[in-house]
Parts: sequence; C-alpha cells; structure tokens
Amino acid sequence: MSLLLTIGFGPLATAIHNWVTASISNATGALATEMVIVGISLLLFLVPLCFFLGYMERRVAGFMQMRLGPNRVGPQGTLQIVADTVKLLLKEGLTPDASDKFLFNLAPIIVVVTSMLVLAPIAFAKDFQIWDISIGVLYMASVSSISVIGILMAGWSSNNKYSLLGAMRSGAQIVSYELSVGLSLITIVIFTGSLRMSDIVNSQADGWWIIKGHIPAIISFVIFVIASTAEINRAPFDLAEAEQELTAGFHTEYSGMKFAMFLLAEYINLFIVSAVAATLFLGGWMPFHIGHWEMFNHIMDFIPSSIWFMSKTFLIIFIIMQFRWTFPRLRVDQLLNLEWKYLLPISMFNILLVTVCAIMGWYF
Amino acid sequence: MSLLGEPELTEDGEFVINIGPQHPSTHGVLHLKVWLDGETIKKVQPHLGYIHRSIEKMSESLSYRNFIFATSRMDYLSAHINNEACALTVEKGLGIEAPPRAQAIRILMAELTRLSSHQLWWGCMGLDLGAVSPFFYGFRERESIMEVMEETCGARLTQNYMVPGGIMYDIHPNFQNRVKNVLKQIKENFKEYDDLLTGNVIFEGRTKGVGYLSPEDAISYGCTGPTARGSGVSCDVRKWFPYDGYDKLQFNEILETGGDCYARYMVRMAEMRQSVRIIEQMIDNIPEGDFQTKTKAVLKLPKGEFYQRVETARGELGVYIVSDGAASPYRIKYRSPNFSNLSALEHMAKGAKIGDLVAIMATIDLVIPDVDR
Repeated sequence: MSLLLTIGFGPLATAIHNWVTASISNATGALATEMVIVGISLLLFLVPLCFFLGYMERRVAGFMQMRLGPNRVGPQGTLQIVADTVKLLLKEGLTPDASDKFLFNLAPIIVVVTSMLVLAPIAFAKDFQIWDISIGVLYMASVSSISVIGILMAGWSSNNKYSLLGAMRSGAQIVSYELSVGLSLITIVIFTGSLRMSDIVNSQADGWWIIKGHIPAIISFVIFVIASTAEINRAPFDLAEAEQELTAGFHTEYSGMKFAMFLLAEYINLFIVSAVAATLFLGGWMPFHIGHWEMFNHIMDFIPSSIWFMSKTFLIIFIIMQFRWTFPRLRVDQLLNLEWKYLLPISMFNILLVTVCAIMGWYF
Repeated sequence: MSLLGEPELTEDGEFVINIGPQHPSTHGVLHLKVWLDGETIKKVQPHLGYIHRSIEKMSESLSYRNFIFATSRMDYLSAHINNEACALTVEKGLGIEAPPRAQAIRILMAELTRLSSHQLWWGCMGLDLGAVSPFFYGFRERESIMEVMEETCGARLTQNYMVPGGIMYDIHPNFQNRVKNVLKQIKENFKEYDDLLTGNVIFEGRTKGVGYLSPEDAISYGCTGPTARGSGVSCDVRKWFPYDGYDKLQFNEILETGGDCYARYMVRMAEMRQSVRIIEQMIDNIPEGDFQTKTKAVLKLPKGEFYQRVETARGELGVYIVSDGAASPYRIKYRSPNFSNLSALEHMAKGAKIGDLVAIMATIDLVIPDVDR
C-alpha cells in the first residue's frame, strides 16, 4: 500500500494515505482506492502537459520557420490545441472494413497505456513519485519496449500497405535503438550502484552526473538523447510515419480519437525520455550544487524541486524539438547503420570506460 | 500479406504499392506503381494523364496571339519562359525580331522566373527529405520575386507577359529598384540555404550516390536541364543556341560530374547564383526604345514548319509549329523537359529504397502539368 503511494509530497500524500486507510477498513479496497486516486491525478497532469507540449511544438516550429504559429484562439493561441482536441473528439473514428477490428481498436490503447505506465518511477519533485520501485531504471527500459507491439499491431491490422511498411520500419528501429538507450542508462547505474530512481537522484546531491561522471557520462548522455529520439519515433528518425514516403505510416488509417491517442502517446513519450535524461544525467529535482559553496547551495535550495525538475526536462524537450525542425530524415538502412555500426559499439566501449572509472574512483 | 483479403504479392514475391495520384511527395497528380522487395525498389512505372488538358490540340483552334497563354499552365513554375518560347517561334515564322528593350526585359524576367522556380524546388527538396524548415525559407525569397512579377505584369504565377514581337507593356518604373533590393536580399540568404541543407551530414547521406544517372543514359533518355547537367552533359540551350541576346551575356554553364542527387542539387544551387549574375549585368543596362515591334492585328504564319527551343528551369522546352498559312496553327507540339526527365526515373530508382525514390523525384524537379500537358 505504502509502496504504491510513496508520493510523500510533503505531508499531503501521507494524509491522503492515512485518510484512505482509515475510511476503508478492507486493505484491498484501500489499495484500489489509492490506485484510482493516482490514476486520476496522473490523467489530470498528463492532458494539460500534452496540451502544452503540442502548443510549444507549434510555437517552436513557428519560431524556427519565421512564422508565428497559432496565435488566434485564446491568449497567444494557447487555446488552439484545446479547439483541436475538441475537433478530434467529435470526429468519427473510422474503422476500415478490411481491417482486423479488434486489434485495430486495441492498438492505440496499448500505445497510450504503456507510455503512461513508464511514468510510474519518475520523480517529479522531492518525495513526489508514484512508485519508487527498487528496479526503476530496468522497469522503464522494459515497459517502454511494449509500445512497439502497439505500433506493429496498428500497422498490421490496418490492412494498408503503407501502414504495414511503416510498422515494419518502426519494429526494426525501436528494437535496435533500445539497446543503445539501455546501455547508456547503465552507465549511470554503474556510477550510482542502484537502479532505484530516488537513489540515483540522491547520489547527485553534490553535483550532477553529467559533471561528476565527465567523459563517459557526456558520451552516454549524447547517445541517450540520439537513441531515445529514435525510440520515440521523432524526426529525424520518424521513419515509421515518414509523411513524404508513407503518407502517415502506421497510423494512416486512424482518425478521430484513436489518432489523437497516438499523438498523446507521442508527447507523453517525449516527456518521459526528457524526464529520464534529466533525472539520470542532470540530477532530476536536485538543485544545482557546487562542492562546498554553502551559501550558493543554500540559495539554490530555495528554488522548489519541482521547478528544477521541470526546467531540466523542458530544456531537453526543447533540444529534441529543434532536431525535428532542422534535420532531414534518415533513410531506413542509414538508420540501422547508425545504431549498429556507431552508437552500439561506442556504447559498449563506454560501458568499459565507465566501469574502469567507477572501480578506480575516477569521478568527482 | 493481408489479414483478410487475397495475398497481395506478385508471383515473384514482390509487394506492389501505388504512390499517388494523391501523395504528399509527388507534387501533383503523378501516379507511380512501385514493385517492392522489402524496402528495395524492383520496378517503377509512372502512370500519366491525370491532368491532361489537351493544350496542344486546343491551341490548333486559337490564334497565334492567344495560344501562348495556354502554355503558362504547362510548367507553371516557368510560365514566363514557356511564353517566351512560343513568342520566339511565332516571331521566327513572321521573320521579325523583338526590339532590344523587349529582349532585355525578357531575359530579366526569365532569370527571375528561374530563380523563383529553383527556390521553390529547394524548399520542396528539403521537405521531401523530411526537413520542413527549408520549405519556409525557400518561399521567403520566392515571395519577394512574386511581388516583382505582380507589379510588372499583374500576375504572380501565370504571367502571360509575352506577345509575338516583344512584351505586352513596358516595365513598372519601380522595377529596377525593386529587383536590386530582391537581389541583395537573395545574395545574403544563399548562406542560409547552405547552412540548412548543403553541408548537413544526413542530407549528404541521403543524396550522395543516390539515383545515379550516367552521361550516356542521360543522353539516351533525352534528359535536359539540371538533370542532365548533373551527369556532366553540356546541354544549356542558352549557351548552345542563344536566343534573345543570351550570347552577349557573361555566365557559366554549370556542370557536375557526380550524376547523383547531390550533383543535381549542386547544379541548381549554382544556377541560382548564375541567374543572379545575369540579372546584375542586365538590370542597369536595359536599352531605351520600343518594347514591342509593330505587328498586324491578325497574325498569319507562312506555310511551313517552325521550331524554337529555350532553357526553362527544368530543361529544354521545344515548340514545334506546323502552319498551313491560316490564322491559327495547323499543329503544335511541345517537347517538354519534364516528360523526358521523368522517363529516366525508373532507371535511377531501380535498386534504391523508398526514401531514395522521393529524393530522386525531388532532384528531377517534376511539375506534373508539364508532363501531361
């Protein structure tokens, strides 16, 4: 029970936990209630987050392309994305006649659910975490790989040739890039000696890993950003969608809310990889501390931990968005070459390097 | 392959997909039937005719003044140069020549058209390779050229500025200043073009060695324009068969020997700079005088056959008129650059990936109404 709700966002979570256990005597019932509360608060957090990311993407794109982006609906166009969501909700969700209807409708749900599951071990602020599982990093790496099943399912069940090609591409892509993502996560695990997210954050109290871990940490940070951009199917690795080649790839046949779910999953995934990068390499919610400068560290502590976490995450989101609006797309064989011939060997060498560094204590 | 229907493979195990006629990267209603083995292309078959408007047959019932305007709708990105080709052919038949002022303005407008066409191509090239931003940067300069066009001849896309014997009316008094400003802006912005695409590692990987066309094949498929010059075939009509006084100008014919998408890309990038060079030579030296030769109200070409070729932004456009002495042509045939360039597509795309097919189509710079006419 307490495992589920170790939010402890101050005394708030404890209060809720005490209140739930007090009012519901049945242990299973209390657990279920807590789960529902967590689920609802997660949804209440995710939907505005995705609205904001969608808005941010358009404005960043507009800024990079010498245009304004949405600026008519609501103040500075902020409500544009709400209007779009209403449109998507009202649209008919077509299911093609020749498709496998069960799998076709199941696929978007799988994609969204897996991306929501991955959020569990992420520490949003000090003591603000849904599930501080002891194998946090492993859990995220393994659960996030389920989403490829949803994408393959979507492409295959649509019974559309473009969708099938997109799904096959995405299968090859996600399976390959998962290796590099995993290996670059391991470097930090080796430094920390723990897979638990809270341990990883706490280990950065005297400096973030990207600074403390110097060369190997920087290498794995760069690899992580590249590989995770590929894993979440964003340009320049958006081969599964590849508008100019496959019209819309695996989600060509989807419309209305089912399409919106793929979009939702894309933005949640974008948030997740940025949050993971921020947690592992940039200290998560941990403020910026420098060695023994007590005064400086103290001032930094005044900034709330949630702001630290969010600003680091959004910095990485901003970088990944800039990729999308700058680079051309890779070809499918170049994509696999990049992974198997460059990123994977470098990651493996980097593991060796980081192990040596960790054993010899060559880090700050 | 399909879950419910019949198997969709051919006997050789090839997967057939139809790219187009509605597709984001065919730039119009081109329909390509593609046989695939996985991602590798085994065969490409262009299906034409979706936008056939019978411009050649239609011209047989139009007068020698009117048929010119239908050609603005062929290659709509070089509308001006198409009109120029027709006007030159009729002038050849009549045995007259446009006055020097008209010729100078024709060249200026033609080079502005080439510049704007290449800018649109550059934007679309980036878009086809998956980079959205170049599209907006390409359109930025194109817009300023369009404004010059609008001020000069009242239309932005289908200009209809040429008449047999010269141009329809004189340039706007503001023309020279405006063009100079546009050129200044364009020359500054060439650097941004190179920053965004030319030096990019991914871009080079996507274009170098892709869609190779040997010089022999370029000639045998009848490729012209930047498509052939990227393979090292010298075919610039402005140099070989000068018209409207191109022989008095200083400019280079751009040749690249790579034969791949990157070479064709570099040819167009350099051609833009050459167009700027031509305009700079002309803009302060527009001769004074008439802008039109006096012609009869009803033009009648003598009995015979007349042919004139010009260099459009995409290659060589030939206009072939057969006249029986009447007030409208007996037969007209256009040799359009895109039709021949498209025929080389299958040769270039064989063995490439789907992504390469898009890149190859982008570097041929197809305009489908010019293929179908």
